[in-house]
Amino acid sequence: MVGPRRVHDMGGLDAGPVPQEGHQHEAWEKRVDAIRMLCAKYDLLRTDEMRRNIEDLGPGVYDELGYYERWCAAITNVLLQKSVISVDELGRKMKEVEDRWEKARAE
Amino acid sequence: MSEQFTIGDRVRVRRAYPPGHVRAPYFTRGKTGVVTAIAGHYRNPEDLAYGRYDGEILPLYRVRFEQADLWAEYQGGPKDSTIVDVYENWLEPEKGGGR
Repeated sequence: MVGPRRVHDMGGLDAGPVPQEGHQHEAWEKRVDAIRMLCAKYDLLRTDEMRRNIEDLGPGVYDELGYYERWCAAITNVLLQKSVISVDELGRKMKEVEDRWEKARAE
Repeated sequence: MSEQFTIGDRVRVRRAYPPGHVRAPYFTRGKTGVVTAIAGHYRNPEDLAYGRYDGEILPLYRVRFEQADLWAEYQGGPKDSTIVDVYENWLEPEKGGGR
């Protein structure tokens, strides 16, 4: 019997042509990587936990998010699961950053 | 550290489909290959994935699969192969029950 294949486990499936050109990383992508490294330094996050949380984004979200967006979502979920940050804290901080961004853009 | 398999052994990846984080690629499940190297000993990533940092340490094997064994309609050369790193908990002897 063959069981279900999960969305990330795509080895051997037709993926179309692979883009060969390189690209620059955005500043926010580097920040995501910096946060990941900090979490690893304080032993809050292992690579396999990252992978598990990326896989658990599930079909749809997994396909729609970019590489570092997946990282960002996975790191966030691990920190929530471990009570390093709370949903309330995160929501308030996101709003604060958003407001700051809107204000800076208006000036 | 002792290993259940050695270089040259024919091994089969367990045909199992548990939920959750699994390190053995889907396309290898139930397939037979040959151990070409012992790649080291590491904590089980399927434990680490759930925050269990002190779980068992497993041998990691480099296993060579014939492409024709992996893909039903493989059109390439007869000597083509794919090498995949597989943890010991996913392997069983080619013949017999395994563990």
